[in-house]
Amino acid sequence: MIAKKDLEHIGWLARIDLSEEDKEKYTPKLNSVLDYFSELDKADTEGVEPTYHVMPMSNVFRDDIPTGSLSQEEALSNAPKNQDGFIKAPRMM
Amino acid sequence: MYENPDGVMIGLEVHVQLNKLKTKVFCGCSTDYHNDPPNSHVCPVCLGLPGSLPVINKKAVEAAIKIGLALNCKVEEHTQFYRKNYYYPDLPKGFQITQYDFPISSGGYITIEGEDGEHRVGITRAHMEEDPGRLVHEGTIDRSKYTLIDYNRSGMALIEIVSDPDMRSPKEARRYLDKLRNIVEYLDIFDGDLEGALRVDANISIMGGQRAEIKNISSHKGAERALLFEIVRQKNVLRRGGVVVQETRHFDEAREITISMRSKEEAHDYRYFPEPDLVPLKISGWAPAIKATLPELPDSRRMRFVEQYGITDDHAKALTSELKVAIFYEDVAKKVDPKLAAVWVCDVLKGELNYRDLTVDSFKKEHMQKIIELLAGKRITEDSAVDIIRTILDKGGSPDQIVKEKGLLKVEGDIVATAAEEAIKENPQAVADFMAGKEKALNSLVGAVMKKTKGRADARTAREMLLEKLSRVSQ
Amino acid sequence: MATINELRESIHADSSEEIVAEYLERIEKSKLNAFITVSKESAILQAQKIDSQDHEGPLAGIPVAIKDNISTKGIQTTCASKILTGYIPPYDAHVIEKLKAAGAIIIGKTNMDEFAMGSSTETSFYGPTLNPWDTDRVPGGSSGGSAAAVAGGETPLSLGSDTGGSVRCPASFCGVVGLKPTYGAISRYGLISYANSLEQIGPFGSCVRDVATIFDVIAGHDPRDSTSVNREVDYSSALKNDVKGMKIGIPQEYFGEGTDKDVDRSVRDAINTLEGLGATTVDVEMPNTKYALSAYYVIAMSEASSNLARFDGMRYGLRVEDSDWHTTFSQVRAAGFGDEVKRRILLGTYALSAGYHDKYYLKALKIRTLIKQDFERAFANVDVLIAPTMPYPAFKIGEKIDDPISLFLSDVDTVPINLAGVPSISVPCGFSNGLPIGMQVIGKHFDEAAILRTAFAFEENTDFHTKQPEGY
Ligand SMILES: [Mg+2]
Ligand SMILES: [Zn+2]
Repeated sequence: MIAKKDLEHIGWLARIDLSEEDKEKYTPKLNSVLDYFSELDKADTEGVEPTYHVMPMSNVFRDDIPTGSLSQEEALSNAPKNQDGFIKAPRMM
Repeated sequence: MYENPDGVMIGLEVHVQLNKLKTKVFCGCSTDYHNDPPNSHVCPVCLGLPGSLPVINKKAVEAAIKIGLALNCKVEEHTQFYRKNYYYPDLPKGFQITQYDFPISSGGYITIEGEDGEHRVGITRAHMEEDPGRLVHEGTIDRSKYTLIDYNRSGMALIEIVSDPDMRSPKEARRYLDKLRNIVEYLDIFDGDLEGALRVDANISIMGGQRAEIKNISSHKGAERALLFEIVRQKNVLRRGGVVVQETRHFDEAREITISMRSKEEAHDYRYFPEPDLVPLKISGWAPAIKATLPELPDSRRMRFVEQYGITDDHAKALTSELKVAIFYEDVAKKVDPKLAAVWVCDVLKGELNYRDLTVDSFKKEHMQKIIELLAGKRITEDSAVDIIRTILDKGGSPDQIVKEKGLLKVEGDIVATAAEEAIKENPQAVADFMAGKEKALNSLVGAVMKKTKGRADARTAREMLLEKLSRVSQ
Repeated sequence: MATINELRESIHADSSEEIVAEYLERIEKSKLNAFITVSKESAILQAQKIDSQDHEGPLAGIPVAIKDNISTKGIQTTCASKILTGYIPPYDAHVIEKLKAAGAIIIGKTNMDEFAMGSSTETSFYGPTLNPWDTDRVPGGSSGGSAAAVAGGETPLSLGSDTGGSVRCPASFCGVVGLKPTYGAISRYGLISYANSLEQIGPFGSCVRDVATIFDVIAGHDPRDSTSVNREVDYSSALKNDVKGMKIGIPQEYFGEGTDKDVDRSVRDAINTLEGLGATTVDVEMPNTKYALSAYYVIAMSEASSNLARFDGMRYGLRVEDSDWHTTFSQVRAAGFGDEVKRRILLGTYALSAGYHDKYYLKALKIRTLIKQDFERAFANVDVLIAPTMPYPAFKIGEKIDDPISLFLSDVDTVPINLAGVPSISVPCGFSNGLPIGMQVIGKHFDEAAILRTAFAFEENTDFHTKQPEGY
């Protein structure tokens, strides 16, 4: 079960600012889903390997050959804030 | 045995940028961005645009294996990429593609000159990952009103080399960094002269306490300074009865201090999981073939130099501590007296280069060969040789040209003899004084010879010649 | 609903420009809200270009609508989210390059559940898409706009993406054909990830032949997607009206207690039809199906929590007023994502976090192995599996939106297919009170030929796919 404090921590990890109202609203919904997930506990997975990739592929590479880049204009075209060719982010501290 | 009075334990995480590859690690952007404007070497992949996907650069994997082998690591047969999830403005996807379980190599070591002689530093692991972008602050990180991001660096192939906490002083840390840089340079996958090529995070604790992690160290000297500061800081905390807390600190290079970066997120939870967009690597069989092509590494080259060229271990060490210098020396030594070459490359050229903040690239091998030939044939004096080296570095030109222009060729024996005879004839008072036992009078005669030969005579030869002639006069 | 062959004739008689203009007009007049962006001018320009050069491509001059989570150069791509509103990609997805090369006209970007998170197209920032069969009902999701656009005659073809049923579910609810290919059959380059290890781009059309035609165009190897598989493709040639000797497996678990009676009856009737055409049937057991939903949602949300971390307002997308970067990032994401997306990111973050990783994420991946094995066992004895696509016909708008579990439950028959990475096609097979019912034909890895052939034979011998909603 997720308590409000857990939700605050998860919200922080996920960088989603949660208002008090959000926390009230989300907590029961998240818990009902987690409750549903407890279904997983019933499955016997002793000795079963996890499947990370459904196709058994390996060693997919590219050659070390340049294929071109976007222009600076294209690279910055969607950035809400930029300055002198840099993307402008908020202050660090 | 080194006492380690403060119980210093230092572990280093070194990020080596594979900047000699042509492209980044997961996209086809060129790595040749150092002279270009910001955000001009980016594509949907390294800019983290929605929908883009990474594909592994095969050469980067080969380079990683090279590094693993050079650091005496075990290279794994099965390796895989993971996502390390965290937020930072330089990280365009909100996660870094790196390695976690199944790193490409682990469990190695390198040997450094420690506080008490040869000291082995364990290599925990050397794994592959992508470089984040570059952040630019106006002024300092803690005072800047905004942050500027250049993603040209984003997606450059990095090898993160994590050491065991085996270093016991800032000096050992610096030696470790020098040695590590030296080794990776030998592998021809890395150009240490490029900005951001090698970056260091340092973990340091004293007296068995909690460790501080210092980020943003960009030079070996910086690492030493940051660690020295940190030891003093931690000792002060303890002296005041406090406890050193585990935290991340930022090295402010200008002020040579570390600043706490602590904030409420300090409890890291990276939520690693295998990168779904990349498939695993099965690279058994690669390592032996790569090992066979591995170049000679610094330690073995050093030993070979001592043996093959008969030079001292100190010279061999100095010559091999930088790949370019080692190659330079060896090319010169093949054509001229190797011992003389060692003396002149190590003791003179390197000093003159350092003084001018230049690399050995600024000096032609042929010029060094010529200078040593002239020295070996006693055609120029040692002073003239130094003069030639300095002139080439400061003004350019070739040894032949400089010798000619400055008239540096050593004067032949009979010219010195004639000059000595003339000097004796023209300075009767000095001769008389010398005969009367005033040994200092000889100096003025030597000076006269030098004047007559315009300094090309060797002072010692002139002196000997004068003594011989004066002894005949007195008989 | 015109087929590609019919359109080819019209284009030949008139022009692509006229055809495109007709579709654009229908979109403009429509109340379905199937499109987020209509690329009117560029579509006309493309059509004129095709007309002028006698393009020989298999889709020359034919409009295709694209789900708004597929990157289109120069055309806004939003994932139906506020956070990406205004984002104009500087590059085309692999499938878009393929479509353009085949002469297709990109007519617009279709509505969807925000970031493909949903089964009803109700979570879109741009409002819900309506089901043309009953505008009080959902079109299914998450590719609801793409399915409704085909069913409503606003485009002959469209692309969606299927992470846990997001092509098949709306195909079923809207009475059109939708294909979820084998994982790796179509490059995901340019598909904005929701859950990368599960999803594939998939096409919609009004008949099996059209779906096979566009599938031929967009499938195949792409070196930019490491999970893309290198195989020769020619699926159109698999379309034979012949299922004699074909062995059909009927997974009992897919006809569970939540299945609507009409759905159960229609799918069983369809199986009987195929038997009548010479196929044989056998019941198969897939005992781990009961864990599929939980495992699927844990994996999907875990991957999503990481995939959606890039939306921070720096390089693209919504930006709020700056403070320090921690706060700014958190506020951008709070303002830009809708509730369902936030909840899934939070749950995924939780499922991957220290102390819970093994209990949720790792456990789900182990169950994924068991489910994959269920399919391997079943396919050892049969050529295809047939099951309902959705347990019931389209539900009412708002009916399930406040109860996440009940919404999840509607995906019960589609998610196991994504966990196993096998292909599945949904085709219309009946009606319940005027609402279409879909059945899915599921195949082995890369055996799209078998499911296309089965679906084609069924279609050739029934007329469900020719039915159209009134007024469209
Ligand atoms: Mg790292
Ligand atoms: Zn790039």
